[in-house]
Amino acid sequence: MEAVLALLIGVLVAASVYLMLDRNMLRFVFGLVLLSNAANLIIFTAGRLTPVAPPLIAPGQIAPDGVVANALPQALVLTAIVIGFGLLAFALALIFRAYQSLGTLDTDKMTDAEPGAATLGQKKKTEAEQTSA
Amino acid sequence: MSWLLTLPIIIPFAAAVAVFLLRGRGEWGRWLSVASCAALLLASLVLMAAVWQQGVVAGAMGGWPAPFGIVLVADLLSAVMVVITAITGLAVSIYALADIDEAKERQGYHALFQVLIAGVCGAFLTGDLFNLYVWFEVMLIASFGLLVLGGSKAQLDGGLRYVALNLVSTVLFLSAIGLLYGMTGTLNMADLHQAVGEVENKGLLTVVAVLFLVAFGIKAALFPLFFWLPASYHTPSVAVSAVFGGLLTKVGVYALIRMFTLVFTHDTAYTHGLLLVVAALTMVTGVLGAAAQNEFRKILSFHIVSQIGYMILGLAIYTQLALVGAVFYLVHHIIVKANLFLVSGVANRLTGSFELADIGGLYRSAPWLGVLFLIPALSLAGIPPLSGFWAKLLLVQATLEAEMYVLAAVALVVGVLTVFSMTKIWVEAFWKPHPAGNDPRLADIPRVERIRLLTPIAGLAILTVIIGVFPEPFVVFAERAAAQLLDPSAYVQAVMGGTP
Repeated sequence: MEAVLALLIGVLVAASVYLMLDRNMLRFVFGLVLLSNAANLIIFTAGRLTPVAPPLIAPGQIAPDGVVANALPQALVLTAIVIGFGLLAFALALIFRAYQSLGTLDTDKMTDAEPGAATLGQKKKTEAEQTSA
Repeated sequence: MSWLLTLPIIIPFAAAVAVFLLRGRGEWGRWLSVASCAALLLASLVLMAAVWQQGVVAGAMGGWPAPFGIVLVADLLSAVMVVITAITGLAVSIYALADIDEAKERQGYHALFQVLIAGVCGAFLTGDLFNLYVWFEVMLIASFGLLVLGGSKAQLDGGLRYVALNLVSTVLFLSAIGLLYGMTGTLNMADLHQAVGEVENKGLLTVVAVLFLVAFGIKAALFPLFFWLPASYHTPSVAVSAVFGGLLTKVGVYALIRMFTLVFTHDTAYTHGLLLVVAALTMVTGVLGAAAQNEFRKILSFHIVSQIGYMILGLAIYTQLALVGAVFYLVHHIIVKANLFLVSGVANRLTGSFELADIGGLYRSAPWLGVLFLIPALSLAGIPPLSGFWAKLLLVQATLEAEMYVLAAVALVVGVLTVFSMTKIWVEAFWKPHPAGNDPRLADIPRVERIRLLTPIAGLAILTVIIGVFPEPFVVFAERAAAQLLDPSAYVQAVMGGTP
């Protein structure tokens, strides 16, 4: 079972790296979703997979009876999923807003934060105006 | 004692809720934000005094003993980081009274700011690796919000880069946690210190160590991973870039110091050797990047990268003296860097731009601002008798002691290049006349706003001078903090031995 999951994680990571190398921000985020799922699977697999009893404690006892599955990785994965969901929602909203305002999702064409981007544009404009005048 | 440990997290969180509810009701929210930071400073000072007197303080949250429950731990490094967070928070929240407009306040600036402070304090105080991840996320989501608050085009562009690379770092961090847990079966950092010794496959452990190095390296803006920082830190409001520039990358540095002194010390020849190379390259590329820039905040952003190199250098050499230097540098740098960003904001107010080509004349019209710029700028470059001199001196001494002469030379040359950048800002912004002939005066800013803008700058500058003129107590403090890092037995004892 571990081998299958390890292969799956490998495939997920490969696919996500392929997506994240794209210049389109949306594909980057899709890659990120896959990558965070791969990370969750890593935690899950690293916590050892056991096909035994669920980690339930009988009433009146303070420890589970016999060998049970490890509950901690599940708690960790649950936390990670919730956090990942929040971050993903934010990232999507940001990308939507950026598309509205910048008009593109191609990272090569986003240069508004580069120094002198605004003034450079102005300079070119004034130069063009001067030459035309 | 555990209530003392929780205060630096509870105070800003409570303030965040209150401030959010008070949004749009005039001045209340702003002053509550300042009051929260002041209370945080008080609480953190009490905590630091307690750690100074009793040694490492640990508290098991929810009554679950370590290593099963989540512990909060404060050794001297954590304590001083929380104090410095509170100082920066207080300075920036006062500055924000004049810098943040009402529109941004309505969008929840103060609440996000308080959540950010809570996240930073939590990251410094936690003794559990997964909990550290959670605090990183708290910090990250608040910083996302702050970065794009206002929503200008430059902010969205810079914000996308920041968000994208930080999310990658987060996922790598999470994967590394999973793998480490798979090998050791624990997430408690003190327990990990003992558990890694029992791992049979040391090679695998080194791989995971490097995975942590990459994850924290993105947060800390180390050499090949720093590109998000200069692409985004110059875009938000000045108050936001000051707190980012001062604090956020330093959380990554703190995490690196914590992990590579407490957990990953099994193969220092490889891991710390790698850090050594990375540190040198970070110093050099950062300062060269800064030399090529012509925008006030962009220059400062590249200098953050360069200065991070110095701190990592201290960690990489991994001797007592080097760690003293690293701790000293960390504290000095946060104060100085936050202050420089605040000065850049006032300069922008007076002259109307951050582009060095478009501004000037500040020395003639606002000589006191010149003084307030020179103190942190010269301190950053390492001119005696300011704080940066002692920080650099300790680190260069450590490199010489370890007989790493090339690194000593690199550290000194980078120092000279730092002077070059600072001189560039000085000549362009202060010395040369304003290109458009403006004659900006401090008196043009309304009196109340002027006080709110200049008080934190002056306060941080005074702190820099105090550390510079009386370095003795600070060095003694850093020595004890470094001793605790180098010999984590007290830390492990405090966490695993149960709380007193």
